[in-house]
Amino acid sequence: MPSSIPARLRRALPRVRLTRRRVIAGSAVLVLLVGLVGWAAWPTPAGYRTEDRMIAVKSGPNGDQDITLDTRLYLPTSADARNRVPAVLLAHGFGGTKLDSATDAQDLANHGYAVLTWTAQGFGRSTGQIHLDSPDWEVKDAKSLVDWLAARPEIRQDGAGDPRVAAIGGSYGGGLSLLLAAYDQRVDAIVPMITWNDLARAFLPDAAGGSPENGVFKKQWAGLFFGSGGSLGAGPGAGLAGLGGAPDAGQTSGGPNPGASQGAGGRNRGTPPAAGPSAAPGGSAGRNALGQVAADPPAARAQCGRFALDVCQAYLEMATAGRPGPAGLDLLRRSSPASVIDKIKAPTLLIQGEADSLFPLSEADANAKGIAANGTPVRVAWFTGGHDGGQGPQSDQDRNKFLTAQWLDHYLAGKGSKPQNSFTYSRISGIDASGEGLVAAGFTVTDYPGTTGTKSEQISVSGPPQAAANPPNGNPAAISSLAGAGGATSLVSGLSTEVPGQHADFYSAPLTKATDVTGSPTVQIKAASPTGEAVLFVKLYDVDANGQPTLPNGLIAPIRLTGLPAGIDQATPTTVTLPAIVRRFEDGHRIRITVSASDQAYTTPAEPTVYTIAAGGPVTLPMAPGTPIQNPSVIWRYVLFGLIAVIAVALVVVTALSRRRLRRREKTEDGYAQTPLVVRGLRKEYADGFVAVSRVDFTVERDTVVGLLGPNGAGKTTTLRVLMGLTYPTHGEILVFGQRLRPGAPVLSRVGALVEGPGFLPHLSGYTNLQLYWKSTGRPEAEARFEEALDIAGLGTAVHRKVKTYSHGMKQRLAIAQAMLGLPELLVLDEPTDGLDPPQIAEMRKVLRRYATDGRAVLVSSHLLAEVEQTCTDVVVMHRGEIVASGLVDDIVGDSPSVQLDVSDVDEAENVLDKLGVVRSVAWSGGNGLVVDLDGTPRSEVVAALVKAGIGVDRVVPRRRLEDAFLALVGGDTKASGER
Amino acid sequence: MTTTAVTATDTYRPTRTFTFATEFRRQASRRRTQLALGFMVVLPLIILIAFQLNSNDNSNSGRRRGQFSSLVDLATAGGLNFALFTVFVSASFLLIVVVALFHGDTVASEASWGSLRYLLAIPVPRGRLLGVKLAVSLAYSGLAMLLLLATALGAGTLRYGWHPLRSTIAGDIASGEALLRLLGIMGYLAVSLLVVAGLAFLLSVATDAPLGAVGGAVLLQILSSILDQITALGAIRSFLPSHFAQAWLGLLSTPIQTDDLVRGCVSALCYGVIFFGLAWWRFLRKDVVS
Repeated sequence: MPSSIPARLRRALPRVRLTRRRVIAGSAVLVLLVGLVGWAAWPTPAGYRTEDRMIAVKSGPNGDQDITLDTRLYLPTSADARNRVPAVLLAHGFGGTKLDSATDAQDLANHGYAVLTWTAQGFGRSTGQIHLDSPDWEVKDAKSLVDWLAARPEIRQDGAGDPRVAAIGGSYGGGLSLLLAAYDQRVDAIVPMITWNDLARAFLPDAAGGSPENGVFKKQWAGLFFGSGGSLGAGPGAGLAGLGGAPDAGQTSGGPNPGASQGAGGRNRGTPPAAGPSAAPGGSAGRNALGQVAADPPAARAQCGRFALDVCQAYLEMATAGRPGPAGLDLLRRSSPASVIDKIKAPTLLIQGEADSLFPLSEADANAKGIAANGTPVRVAWFTGGHDGGQGPQSDQDRNKFLTAQWLDHYLAGKGSKPQNSFTYSRISGIDASGEGLVAAGFTVTDYPGTTGTKSEQISVSGPPQAAANPPNGNPAAISSLAGAGGATSLVSGLSTEVPGQHADFYSAPLTKATDVTGSPTVQIKAASPTGEAVLFVKLYDVDANGQPTLPNGLIAPIRLTGLPAGIDQATPTTVTLPAIVRRFEDGHRIRITVSASDQAYTTPAEPTVYTIAAGGPVTLPMAPGTPIQNPSVIWRYVLFGLIAVIAVALVVVTALSRRRLRRREKTEDGYAQTPLVVRGLRKEYADGFVAVSRVDFTVERDTVVGLLGPNGAGKTTTLRVLMGLTYPTHGEILVFGQRLRPGAPVLSRVGALVEGPGFLPHLSGYTNLQLYWKSTGRPEAEARFEEALDIAGLGTAVHRKVKTYSHGMKQRLAIAQAMLGLPELLVLDEPTDGLDPPQIAEMRKVLRRYATDGRAVLVSSHLLAEVEQTCTDVVVMHRGEIVASGLVDDIVGDSPSVQLDVSDVDEAENVLDKLGVVRSVAWSGGNGLVVDLDGTPRSEVVAALVKAGIGVDRVVPRRRLEDAFLALVGGDTKASGER
Repeated sequence: MTTTAVTATDTYRPTRTFTFATEFRRQASRRRTQLALGFMVVLPLIILIAFQLNSNDNSNSGRRRGQFSSLVDLATAGGLNFALFTVFVSASFLLIVVVALFHGDTVASEASWGSLRYLLAIPVPRGRLLGVKLAVSLAYSGLAMLLLLATALGAGTLRYGWHPLRSTIAGDIASGEALLRLLGIMGYLAVSLLVVAGLAFLLSVATDAPLGAVGGAVLLQILSSILDQITALGAIRSFLPSHFAQAWLGLLSTPIQTDDLVRGCVSALCYGVIFFGLAWWRFLRKDVVS
């Protein structure tokens, strides 16, 4: 059937009819999808409850100052007086509040710990002032909180007034946890993160080994902290609050703290937002008060904000002179775990960041060594974040989380085996391909090697002595890191800049192999200065083959040298301990030691000077090779391998099974091996419920041309579709030469077919189409009988034109030729004369008659009576999906006992014929027509009787049986039994 | 004649019908195959010419800004960089369309021409028909990708020379290794495009409209990419078929980042298996009525 445009459109669009099966399948898929999405998006129910409360504590040196702390307690839902849980004190970073570590607190609470977070005094809604984790203030507050926990019935107790408690926190909170463990022996475990050992050394470092009195002031970080704690709020609001005459700046509840928006997590960077000018950095305060806090209280508030006056005083002194006063130094030391390190007995997990120019790895190293000296279990982990690098990549965060949970589980909850003492670290291995941050590789070393590594290598650097100018007032200055800028900025090589003329460079030879540095490299330099003093910054650059330098994590080593000679010849080498790094120096890269006279982050001498710098010795690179930590996503590799294996096995099995099925010999039903076609009880119901064929039985014998006759929609094409293995029968079976026919049954190779019009590749010629078709059968070309087939097609030279240029009749003839390729024993043609002209139709009849010899058979479907009558030996008449008649054409055709009469008066004629009594029946066939069953009476007799009765007879047409059968059965009803 | 007929039957072997070579020839003769493959050759040349035109008036237009300019600048650094650039610009859409074309059109077009029923009546076993069709479609998709890479490499090397691969995130990568990585990128793209291939093939089996199958596959891929942009979807995004489409960038860093590559492969294989399995399941049970 040629498909019309609407029909094609209809076919292109899916015909959706709701059957039961489809509804069930669709609903199942929908439910599954909704379930999956729901499961993924459903919030996990909280396994804890929270209690917010202001807790009043006594603080201060004499324990007589009232401080109110803003706290929140996370209690696991399972916790009560019978089921007591261990507690965790979770402290926040500088400038933060109790809300900062909400995520960590929730995780720990879900893990079964009661978590108490609080806003340290001087921040947020808590009262009091910032004393920098002073043992007299913040540490006392925390002790009071431990007391408070001891009174809670849900908290597990080690003894009277001694709760089972751990202290964890990052930066400011980490410092507190160390100090609390030293001052309160009830603390059972601590996890200090990215924090300090000696606050004085952290802010006044000297990498040449000098003490903080002579350290180089880390002005950028110090200013940042002072700014974030100093102002009451950002911008003009702070000024108004001051003018409003609040009695004590510390008492203002101040609304949301600027630091509150800092990211959650124990490793709070403690870095304030850059907004708002610092209340009193060096400048005006220095000129007016010479490093003294203003005497006038409102002015002091403007200058110091919520800082305690002694802290404020210490900062003003340091920032003005670039050197600490004795009181300031003492204050910093009192706030340092270094002073009380021998008192820490709580098992300590130290987590320190590699990208941290504020509290470098050496701070954790000092803590680790100091605490381990007491015999206390200590474990150290380095990760790639820090005050400059943030939380680090996901793998680092996961590792830190795991280590913390493991540590607490053992030392606090008493669950799990004792954690190993192994040291873990990670190294940035590249930028994440998805553009979301960095990727780090983790390593484990059995014993903590410190910052000097388990082994080391020496690389010599060389270069002539060079002059480096110290700029007046430190401007312009080199840039190494930007305090508080955070993120991955430290990785961008373009960030660190040197000012020409202010630095000396010494290069190594290109490395001959990739070198993994883990720890603090050391280098020896020589310097000369006309003033006898020099403040220098020593840096280790990684220079790639293109000469592009990278300063690992932006870390530098500031040194203050005194007693220098004026000439470089007299200078003696000084050993400089560079900041600890974890980095791979690739093969072919060079190491550059740069000594510069200025750095934006530090205070340098104001007077312009020109130093002379020379290399003093080789660079020692410490190494600590470790076992790589398997990334958890390694599991996906096994999944992938497993998947590939499963797919491969499945493919092999399926292929083997289907091959075996194809090789299996079909059983031949006895007695039908010589019968080209037997159709038995065939029924075809389409998926949408439409019954195209309800019951069809017929047989095609050898040497016959069988016509399948029926109006459009009688089910002829459907029958042929099943016969060609295109559709599956609902019931019944078809035997071809005794073999059951299923889609793809090998016996189909003995059948040639034209079903539902031609199907060719339009862009190829008729000839190529036939050739490719025959190639597709995989049979030898000699069997095809191309010449005979092409003769039948009769296309002449047109056979070499593209099929899309053919007329409908040409395609039809080509399709018949294709069906005849290889001279199949059964030829099935669906409406073969469609589109042929009369001479071709006549020719086709002859061809088909001739074809059905030598044991071959032809099945032709048609809706044209004459067609079948003239072509076929046998006929099967179908109507509405059923066989209505079948037999030899000669039996069915031939003279029928009835005749068609056209008379002048129909009613009168009927009467006459009825009275005549010799005819069997009379029926009106419309107009003037009558169909009369003569029942053997000669036609002449009937005509004579009519004429005698005075009725005019216009026509007498003898009828044939097939037509009778066809019309009687099909009747005037030519409506299709359905559309297809 | 009876004897002839019997012999003819005996020469039929289901496993010899509809061979890969026959189908390859059938598809090769099609204009859309020739155009698609031809475009793979022409595209790098067009890009090359575009760069030439650009560099001529570079001095007038001054410095270009943005990330794209760095890609453009790197693209002319050598043949390998040029090939990488070509792959980069075609991976997100062109290759998807080409793969969808080869897979979505293959069965549906036979159905629309009506030749499918004659193949099935030969009879070509249905599983075999699909197998060969899929193998040929995969072969043409692979061929298209190789042509693109080879032309880009060839043209780029002739114009810009054979230099190590320059990359903004990994420094220089030596030529030999870079070539391997480029092949690795193509390999990963090939695996990840199995999703598109599977979907287009499934649609091709389900419908008689070739355009519907190709368009449907591309549309769903676009939808997946759009959903992937919505970070609010969270973990669900990992299940989107196009979520790991960019993971091949991991092959450009040093050392190579394989995590997302592996997960991308797992995701693509899973989707591929589902789609191809459905296609088989559907086709083996389908009433071919076109």
